[in-house]
Amino acid sequence: MFIEPFVNNEFLRLALAGGVLVALTCAVAGTFVVLRGLAFVGDALAHGVLPGIATALIFGVSGIIGAAFGSLIMMAGVSLVSRRFRLSGDTAIGLLFVGMLALGVMITSRSRTFVGDLSRILFGELLGVTSRDLISQVCALIIVIAIAIIARRPFLLLSVDEGLASSSGFSVRLFHNLMLTMIAVTVVASFQTVGTLLVLGMLIAPAATGALFARRISTMMTVAAVVGSFSTYVGLLVSYHFDLAAGASIVLTAVFIFAVAATYTEIIKTIKIKQSNEHEHQHSHSGAHIR
Amino acid sequence: MKSQILKSISADQLGVGYSKFPVVDNVSVSLEPGALLVLIGTNGSGKSTILKTMAGLLQPIKGHLEILGQPTGMLPKRVAYLPQHPISTHTLPLRVHDVVAMGRFAHLGLFRRTSQLDQNIVIDAMKRTGIETQANEPIRDLSGGQQQRTHLAQVLTRRAEILLLDEPTAGLDINGRKLVAELIASERARGVTVVMATHELQDAENANTVMLLAQRVVSIGPPEVALRDEYLRECFGFTQPH
Repeated sequence: MFIEPFVNNEFLRLALAGGVLVALTCAVAGTFVVLRGLAFVGDALAHGVLPGIATALIFGVSGIIGAAFGSLIMMAGVSLVSRRFRLSGDTAIGLLFVGMLALGVMITSRSRTFVGDLSRILFGELLGVTSRDLISQVCALIIVIAIAIIARRPFLLLSVDEGLASSSGFSVRLFHNLMLTMIAVTVVASFQTVGTLLVLGMLIAPAATGALFARRISTMMTVAAVVGSFSTYVGLLVSYHFDLAAGASIVLTAVFIFAVAATYTEIIKTIKIKQSNEHEHQHSHSGAHIR
Repeated sequence: MKSQILKSISADQLGVGYSKFPVVDNVSVSLEPGALLVLIGTNGSGKSTILKTMAGLLQPIKGHLEILGQPTGMLPKRVAYLPQHPISTHTLPLRVHDVVAMGRFAHLGLFRRTSQLDQNIVIDAMKRTGIETQANEPIRDLSGGQQQRTHLAQVLTRRAEILLLDEPTAGLDINGRKLVAELIASERARGVTVVMATHELQDAENANTVMLLAQRVVSIGPPEVALRDEYLRECFGFTQPH
């Protein structure tokens, strides 16, 4: 029941491998998305690739190439509107995000298989993962890990304070754009598996779970990788046994794990506060006796 | 022959602000190594804008500003900046030790490995700010005052020649304020120039130069001159009790 589906079904085995690779890539990129508070930018980037993928599919080109172009345009847009326009960052990015989404839907509507294509882009087609897709995903994972290792110091400083990064001699613009590139590579590599709509869940939910427990960035990334990979396994099993959408099952599992972890940490915190209050209460009583 | 002392900070008719909109104009000041300049004023008076300009985070709108004989932002290893309320650390999963060690990144760059000397500097800074016992605790679990001490320790690990401190005593109790005063005194004793922004008049006690700000320079000079009643009234609308 737990292993047999993967032994007997090659599609599921490839899906599991692809899902785990996405989980590992998202764990690295997602950690910095959560630390830097870039969830909305991540969402915008994820949707910004839609027109690129849609155009690529219409012209019979690889979706990954289209997604790469879409993410480049979106990254340039996010970078431009954040710097130039006198709007709050989220308003400008929000406008760009819905604009690109609408453009993507418009382009897809020209396709004869409109609903099928749109659904594939938004929600992924995990059971359609091929060995070639796995190679692309391994490349993406290597790129993301390389960026995270090289830029770990400026990324950390940026997460605390941009002024701190700049006064330490690191270019805020360069490393912010490098972080966006890392997120874009993750989105491009993940859309086949979980789709552009759900990739944000894999970026944020496992990393946020890691942030609840971790005291160090490396621990946060490890927890995110474990939670993401476990969610992929459980999500695929649920999808297989109950005939549900695979991508959605994986993301929902990750969000559910976060909810359980958050509840657990809140309970522990409440117990600790209660114990500390009782301890202080006992001390004040013993003080009264001494007097 | 006349000997020349290299000025740590030299500003002449400096205008500071955002996107060419001036916040404070005509700032002229010259500081020698070991000097303490205290910027005092209400919220929005331009204290932080001057500090950010000195740190190289903002470009001067007009006039001239040199830090250790160079344009701003050129010497990250020699100039350390403590931003006001770096609150994002409240949620970050980072230990106190890791936050303090981030102060060495300016020296380490992207690739240099942390050496034993770097480790010793970090431990020394934590001892000096009294947070060495919390080294392994997550910074988000500390009180506001302890977090501020952590950020102060981070600035000390820079071993810089100029310290730019934006409200370093914010959130600190009396002991904490005393500690900041002692740290500044010991840094000055080894020739470090300190520029500090604050709301508190008592922070100006040991300054060489005080600049009273209200979106313009109200007064500048030694504390007994710059903090005269007429200037305080102009700046805050009240005078200090005698």
